[in-house]
Amino acid sequence: MLTPPEAAAPHELGAPSDERGSHLSVRGARSIEGRSPWRLAFERLRRDRLSLVALGVILLIVLVAIFAPLIAKGTGHGVYTQYPTTGLTPTGLPRAPSSAFPLGTDDLGRTLLVRIAYGARVSLLVGVLATLMTVTIGAALGLVAGYFGKLVDTLIARAVDVMLSIPFLLFAIALASVVSVTPLHLGPLTLGKGIPIVVLVIGIFSWATVARIVRGQVIAIRSREYIEAARALGASSWRIIVFDVLPNVLPTIIVYATLLIPVSIVAEAALSYLGVGIPPPTADWGSMIADAQSYYQQAWWFLTFPSLALLMTTLAFNILGDGVRDAIDPRGTPFKS
Amino acid sequence: MLTFLARRLALGILVMWLVTVIVFIIFYIGPGSADVARALAGRDAPPSTVALIARRLLLDRPWYVQYGHFIWELLHGNLGFDYYHDEPVTTIVAQGIPITLSLIVGAAPIWLLIGVLTGMYSARHPRSFLDRSFTTFALAFYSTPTFVLGVLLILLLYYQLTIHGIALFPGSGFTPLTQNPFEWFRGLVLPWLTLALVAAATYTRLTRSSMLDVLGEDYVRTARAKGLSERRVVWRHALRAALTPILTQFGIDVGTLVGGTVITEQVFGLPGLGWTAVHSIEQQDLPVIIGIVIVASAAVVVANIVVDALYAFVDPRVRLH
Repeated sequence: MLTPPEAAAPHELGAPSDERGSHLSVRGARSIEGRSPWRLAFERLRRDRLSLVALGVILLIVLVAIFAPLIAKGTGHGVYTQYPTTGLTPTGLPRAPSSAFPLGTDDLGRTLLVRIAYGARVSLLVGVLATLMTVTIGAALGLVAGYFGKLVDTLIARAVDVMLSIPFLLFAIALASVVSVTPLHLGPLTLGKGIPIVVLVIGIFSWATVARIVRGQVIAIRSREYIEAARALGASSWRIIVFDVLPNVLPTIIVYATLLIPVSIVAEAALSYLGVGIPPPTADWGSMIADAQSYYQQAWWFLTFPSLALLMTTLAFNILGDGVRDAIDPRGTPFKS
Repeated sequence: MLTFLARRLALGILVMWLVTVIVFIIFYIGPGSADVARALAGRDAPPSTVALIARRLLLDRPWYVQYGHFIWELLHGNLGFDYYHDEPVTTIVAQGIPITLSLIVGAAPIWLLIGVLTGMYSARHPRSFLDRSFTTFALAFYSTPTFVLGVLLILLLYYQLTIHGIALFPGSGFTPLTQNPFEWFRGLVLPWLTLALVAAATYTRLTRSSMLDVLGEDYVRTARAKGLSERRVVWRHALRAALTPILTQFGIDVGTLVGGTVITEQVFGLPGLGWTAVHSIEQQDLPVIIGIVIVASAAVVVANIVVDALYAFVDPRVRLH
């Protein structure tokens, strides 16, 4: 009974006795037995060429973000360094792309390429952190509401209704602006302007959709036999939620999280565009586009390149998100045909 | 039907009450009332001025007095006065509403039409060349942040056209409909396109998947088997069922847009509700921000009730829940 499955399989399947044949049937048997749904999903995703391209683009952006200081070193220009004489025209306008400034300069004579590279850091960091926060809050509340039902469910469901009735952007800019004037003190943490408050604002105002989706799924799962069985065996509610319910809603959560990253990136850029996100002089795509809007008649590159960077990032994440959804839930209608 | 509506209305009122609580917490308790007064008084104001401002705005009173006053005034349709010119917030909001509504009224039919037509075509001819193009475009626009699309449209359709002698659209500004309907229309084309193209992408995707589901239903096959024309099957039988999720989304989107045109208004310099909110934030004019947030939330609540009521009207099963 201790024989490894590789050896046991051919015998059970009555495989031909010659070496080559048994080898083949072993592989065949294994590929039927040992593939988890995750592995199947991963293999479906690996065959999806468009998603792989998107993944490649994302990896490229991540690399640019990580090695932004190297790019700065390569051009010899810092993120904050202004070049009033070489980086601006005699009339004080941004310079067009050249060998010294590969993507041109911005309104303060700073190197656009270096600033776009550093901007990737903010976008990715906020995108991932805000998504993690949104998904954690939303999944936790959705699980609790869906599993326990009754009063807890009513309270959380009403909270979801309220959050969904709140105009996100208006509240977010209001909250961000209040905090920027008088920093928020949360124990040892002081939240002023910057990445933490942007993450917090996005997280607070986007968990409701996740909670609603997870809650619905949990309600459908709650009365299944295996949950009944776990309960009959004396498992505690928390144990059932973590070990029996959560794994079943995890695919939904993962799909939603992948699609939430670009949404969070856009939200951060939008807040910065409106002047309540990441404060200057930090390099950020949203505030770069806002600054560039005053110069679009003179400096197309200043507006175009940060816009393209942002667009490429959100597009890549959305394509990958669609791919992940199709891979995890192949029954759904694929958007890409 | 009446009980259903009454219950929906009660829920709406509850939601609005919670919105006021959240607004109140954020603005009155969150940053600290002393700070609000000091911020308003200005950098070098003497303590007596700060105290005077705090007193005038009830900031020195306990929170329940402040909240009671806030709700009392709200129930009387009074949103307070702005900090700088003592203008009633209701007047300021009333000035912004026509502009925001103009935006929504023009953009909504465009995105609904584009989204539903492309989505339907895609569902009827899956994997065709046009389907692939539509879904690719939808994904691209879906991924485009509103302000990026807005500034790119200004760059291409306003600036590039204008410098080449084709001045089709102005780059920014608003002309009231009553003043000059043609200029009103001309000035709003680019903002409408900005809002509509981004939103249409969602509707293309939604219509395509909803329609594909419905076209696979038994009753559609029955309709075809009865020998009905394809046009009749698609438009009369399938579309009606497929429209339900689309109309839900539409109701919610229109409601949300009252507070959600912030970016478009900012890009095109249209002084609607969102633009006013952003500029009040720059000046820390809290009553105006609160007023706009409350009006915008109310729009979402009303839109939700209307959508639910329409459902209950169309589908009697909804009333039971």
